[in-house]
Amino acid sequence: MLTYLRRSLLLALVLTVVLGFVYGLVGTGVAQALFPFQANGSITKNGSAIIGQNWNGYSTTKILDPQWFHGRPDADDPLVANGKPGFSGATNLGPRSKVLRTEVHALVVAWHEVGVDPTTDLVTTSGSGLDPDITPQDALVQVPMVAKATGIPPARLRSLIAHETQGPELGFLGSSVVNVLQLNEALAKLR
Amino acid sequence: MDFAWTIVALVALMALSWRFLGAYMVAVYETRVHFLGFVERPIYRLIGTAPGREQTWKRYATSLLVFSCVFLLVDYLIFRVQGSLFLDPQHLGAVPPALSWNTAVSFVTNTNWQNYAGETTMSYFSQMGALMVQQFVSAAVGIAVAITLVRGFARKGSPTIGNFWVDTVRGCLYVLLPIAFVFGIVFVGQGAVQTLAGPAHVRDALNGVTQTIPRGPAGFMETIKQLGTNGGGFFNANGADPFENPTGLTNLLSIALLLCIPVALTYVFGKMVGALRQGVAVLAAMTIIFGAWTAFTSYAEHQPNPAVAAAGVMHQPTGNMEGKEVRFGDTQSALYDVASTQTSTGSVDGSNDSYNPIGGFGLLTGMMLGEVSPGGVGSGLYTILLFAILAVFIGGLMIGRTPEYLGKKIQAREVKLAGLGILVMPITVLVLTAIAVSIHAGRAGPLNAGPHGFTEILYAFTSQANNNGSAFAGLTGNHAFYNVTGGIAMLMGRFAIIVPTLALAGTLAAKNVVPASAGTFRTDNTMFVGLLIAVILIVGGLTFFPAVALGPIVEQLSHGRFFGVSLAHLAALALPHGIAHWKAVL
Repeated sequence: MLTYLRRSLLLALVLTVVLGFVYGLVGTGVAQALFPFQANGSITKNGSAIIGQNWNGYSTTKILDPQWFHGRPDADDPLVANGKPGFSGATNLGPRSKVLRTEVHALVVAWHEVGVDPTTDLVTTSGSGLDPDITPQDALVQVPMVAKATGIPPARLRSLIAHETQGPELGFLGSSVVNVLQLNEALAKLR
Repeated sequence: MDFAWTIVALVALMALSWRFLGAYMVAVYETRVHFLGFVERPIYRLIGTAPGREQTWKRYATSLLVFSCVFLLVDYLIFRVQGSLFLDPQHLGAVPPALSWNTAVSFVTNTNWQNYAGETTMSYFSQMGALMVQQFVSAAVGIAVAITLVRGFARKGSPTIGNFWVDTVRGCLYVLLPIAFVFGIVFVGQGAVQTLAGPAHVRDALNGVTQTIPRGPAGFMETIKQLGTNGGGFFNANGADPFENPTGLTNLLSIALLLCIPVALTYVFGKMVGALRQGVAVLAAMTIIFGAWTAFTSYAEHQPNPAVAAAGVMHQPTGNMEGKEVRFGDTQSALYDVASTQTSTGSVDGSNDSYNPIGGFGLLTGMMLGEVSPGGVGSGLYTILLFAILAVFIGGLMIGRTPEYLGKKIQAREVKLAGLGILVMPITVLVLTAIAVSIHAGRAGPLNAGPHGFTEILYAFTSQANNNGSAFAGLTGNHAFYNVTGGIAMLMGRFAIIVPTLALAGTLAAKNVVPASAGTFRTDNTMFVGLLIAVILIVGGLTFFPAVALGPIVEQLSHGRFFGVSLAHLAALALPHGIAHWKAVL
């Protein structure tokens, strides 16, 4: 029995070093050498290009700022992830949840107040609560709102959206998406 | 159409894995691969063993159990003292005892059930030095057990089934490490984060929003998490988090990584028993079940979400997007989550809890069939072989002959061991679910009220007893009741199946081979594939139908009815926003 214990303990320690730290640290070194931008979180001057942000206080209690395009209602909605900022997660509300129905309805009303008939993505939260993307259709329905608030012609905004549309990768992996931060950065240049 | 191409790409990747990864793994476990000998040999010298020194099944099982217990304690200690160790830029402090126990058990059993949120609980030391290490080791142990069962069929009159230490070390070094490393680079290139620097603070000049962005060494953990069918993510949102699974390409690669070893093991099985067709028959049964579940789950998720429709968005052309990421869309998210629940992975790229009722049914029942399509690394193969033994036994009863499988007589002892291995999981799930719904501590767990709340509890024990680790995450598991019972479920689901499997490997290895004759029941044709699928579906259906009827089936049939949230849950949680907020919402 002692032999088993001794072998187990020694192997546990060796594997912890090899598979945890050697693998993890060599991996970090290689990642930092080859892809420093991605490995550090794709941080640009206005936020991460990968992690979505809550675009200007987007929640059911506040009015949407019509000057910008909006992503999905997630990051610090009080119902998402117990309201902890920087904490990823979904609402986990079931498909027949009264709470989900009420929350979505409040978002539909908020969108109608700024003259937008919202698509599904704009009134549902994502799996991570950090979804950085919307579909081109989600962006197009916001065009009248942004055009009215900024005075930029709708046709100009639509071509901007078309220009910022990416994917699907290899033509079939995932969906066509527009990164909300990049779209708004491009919008800022027009103003 | 995109979905069809995704399936084509996945099938192509699986065909390559089956043929080439399979052949490579045969060479690894027959000790014909040596390129990492400079790491491997010193390890054997240190622990005092060598590839030639074989063990009986009892010694093999003792080694496995002692090793797992010791490693469990090491990891428990790491969680308890992480506050005093290095690599803790967020100063997170020690993990509480009950949670440390649950998490250590969870990772040692290849479950990766997570009652914690990675970014706010675990230091980088714990993530790398305990969690990620187990993602390699528990996977290698699972593969080793499957290999011993294959050896049991392949050998004649042998008293031994292999060397546990050698099988485990070789699985880690030669199979898991190189593949995880190469794909780790790809994932980081696509945008997965891999840094030891702490969280980033960014202020957006356009709108004045400040953001704290949690970071960490997540990219390389992501690949071993999938490859070893572990599923425990670095961040709370798991495969939905853009830092873990940034693009449509990484989503497909994740699915391929978590399926490749279980699929390749059917080649290993066929090759090592000397009849590739036997492996193909097992793979065919796995594929048919997987295909059927993928089809109806994806279809269900392409339907509108009833609550969203009731809130005024009737037209939902992109399907049920509550809890899903735009870059994956409805069907490719469903494919990922089906693959993850039918292996023992349990990583998610969306919120399972927000799936439509039939979609959630697909994920739940995929686990209830015993995770055999294709199942976890190792555990999938050895579990389906237990079902195969049951199938030849039933076939033997029908034709009135002593059943044989691969030339080995299947007698009372073999059938008893296989039956034991199959029954442990359903008994654990149903008994623990019954206890949970009968007492207050159990009923305080679910977030959603009504049938969905029951499903959350049933799902939790199904997931843990199958060593899956996915969750209907509305359930709050980080309380004494769920931490302790969940730990028991995970231990039962792992070791109470592994020990009978090793015993079976021992008795089979000791038997001689009966030559095939005209009366032999064939196990490599369509008839047997059908029989095997029928046995799996009938055992699963008879065991779980009443329980499933109370959860997703009732929910699907409740047209026009909506349910609130569980107030017992809110009282137990003491949410920051308080019950008042939720009552107002209701």
